[in-house]
Amino acid sequence: MNNFIKIKNLYKIFGNNTTEALNLVKTGISKEKLLEKTNCVLGLNNINLNISKGKIHVIMGLSGSGKSTLIRHLNRLIEPTFGEITIDGVNVLELNNKNLLEYRQKNMSMVFQKFALFPHKTILENISYGLMVQNISEQIYKEKSQFWLKRVGLEGYDDYYPNQLSGGMQQRVGLARALATDAEILLMDEAFSALDPLIRAEMQDVLIDLQLELKKTIVFITHDLDEALKIGERISILRDGFVVQDDNPQNIILNPSDDYVSDFIKDINRSRVIKAKSIMTKSVSIKKENVPIIDSEMVLEEVLQEITKTKNYFVLVKDKKGKIIGRITLNELLTGIQRPRKEIKKYA
Amino acid sequence: MEWLTKFPEMDRSGLREFKKTVDNAFTSFSRNYGEGIENFFDPLLSFLVAFEKLFLNTPWPITIFTILLICWLASRSMIIIAGTLLSFLLIGYFGMWEDTMSTLAIILVATLLCICIGIPIGIAMARSNKVQTLVLPILDVMQTIPSFVYLIPVVMLLGIGKVPGLIAVCIYAIPPIVRLTNLGIRLVDKDVLEAAESFGANYWQKLIGVQIPLALPTIFAGINQTIMMALAMVVIASMIGVQGLGLPVLRAISNQYLALGLMNGLAIVVLAIIFDRVTQRIGKRMQRYKSD
Repeated sequence: MNNFIKIKNLYKIFGNNTTEALNLVKTGISKEKLLEKTNCVLGLNNINLNISKGKIHVIMGLSGSGKSTLIRHLNRLIEPTFGEITIDGVNVLELNNKNLLEYRQKNMSMVFQKFALFPHKTILENISYGLMVQNISEQIYKEKSQFWLKRVGLEGYDDYYPNQLSGGMQQRVGLARALATDAEILLMDEAFSALDPLIRAEMQDVLIDLQLELKKTIVFITHDLDEALKIGERISILRDGFVVQDDNPQNIILNPSDDYVSDFIKDINRSRVIKAKSIMTKSVSIKKENVPIIDSEMVLEEVLQEITKTKNYFVLVKDKKGKIIGRITLNELLTGIQRPRKEIKKYA
Repeated sequence: MEWLTKFPEMDRSGLREFKKTVDNAFTSFSRNYGEGIENFFDPLLSFLVAFEKLFLNTPWPITIFTILLICWLASRSMIIIAGTLLSFLLIGYFGMWEDTMSTLAIILVATLLCICIGIPIGIAMARSNKVQTLVLPILDVMQTIPSFVYLIPVVMLLGIGKVPGLIAVCIYAIPPIVRLTNLGIRLVDKDVLEAAESFGANYWQKLIGVQIPLALPTIFAGINQTIMMALAMVVIASMIGVQGLGLPVLRAISNQYLALGLMNGLAIVVLAIIFDRVTQRIGKRMQRYKSD
């Protein structure tokens, strides 16, 4: 299921007279010029994206890049100006009102940046909301909500109100509320951005932990690269409503497509993010000498520790099954850690 | 240069004709439809009368006890209970019990009517900007037009009595509840509403499950204001035949009875304070989820 969610030629323009604006955008007019000429704001510009089933797909960008707009197109909280969105073969944009409501109830749920819990409902009622809306019997939804309350580690908080809980706990409720409907797709709009760093890391672990078991299709919005690299299995970088790079995390760091992306990644600690498999020299005809064999998923920082223990300064790399698939020399290692200096194309 | 010093006004006969046409048109309208309209309001009249009878025929200790019980359930405050008890005992002791009961009945019926009509209008305004731009100027007129002016057509149409009084009170008292219902719903946090939407809630589920509960404190402020304004209309309403505390005040004005006017006036004030404190406490208790 590589194309579980398919977004094709998606445009969003805010303002009046969007048809005229759309034609201008298609001719390649800039965001500023468009605003000047038609008083319309360009939200999304020709988005083409495939999102795989059961993966965490991170959409990254600075504020104003259109990432929150994009995620709201998936459940049509925002209607597009032009384009196509198919999810599991269903054309989401053609759903009528009734089917759309049902689609939101059954197929996707959302976690919000500012939690957006219902302040007048208890924690348990909050978690039940998605099920209550579906008119499921009280006994069933209470049981399910209890289960998720426990699962996110908030047992015993049933009758509290949201504002009695800390930010991290509130977002656990937000997560439980989204998971309780058993929807296949989870939309997370900067879900952890409002939390302080320690709690954020903790929540990321909670999410990764849950995902190992649930295998949901998660679309995760963030402006934080470290977060994107930690949880993302694929990352799309958005700028001015346009996807500048859509790739796996390793490739984004090793081969940024333009200056904008390399600006983004310049401050990360490469030795802690890049994995052995990304920089090794592939080679199958390696004799097993007396050298350490490391895991292909190992990050460079750890590879460095291994490599300095050896005499010849190189290590072999094995895959998950234990098969040798390549080698890394000290030289390759250092090149990998060093930030690339090569010229890359400028962005406008 | 006469046109500069003297306003070029309509000539006298024309003006007379104009007024006459309007008056005649309304008179013939009320002649033709007055009875039908009166019949239309008949259920309201019998409801009001039944309410008044209930208040007047119930033995006073039971009435006081019921009022105290309602106050307690609504406010859970000993101070309010004690104040209410004292006020009603004094009102009774000074011989204003019956008038107070009549006033109470008309205020309650008017408030009920305002709630039933006002809240749906407020909801409709919050839902659509078109409705809002249409209704807001009407509310402005209702709040600023001198009450005597709309008493004229009401009396022409329905004569003197309880129902025209009730309608006059409602016209004066309904704007705050409409305005504050609209405002309260519009002020509900957009994020929370978006969350409800993302889970596939339909319009009614959003309205009843999220918007109204979160707007309820504001709506209650509106109900509070509506009651206060209804009480303020008691004296004017008594001019067109509404029984109650307003009538003695009216008599006191025309005959310069200071004590009578003061006593009945203060009884209205006391009722107002009780209503105000109780409804405010309800509003506060509805926001319990906001405190830890």
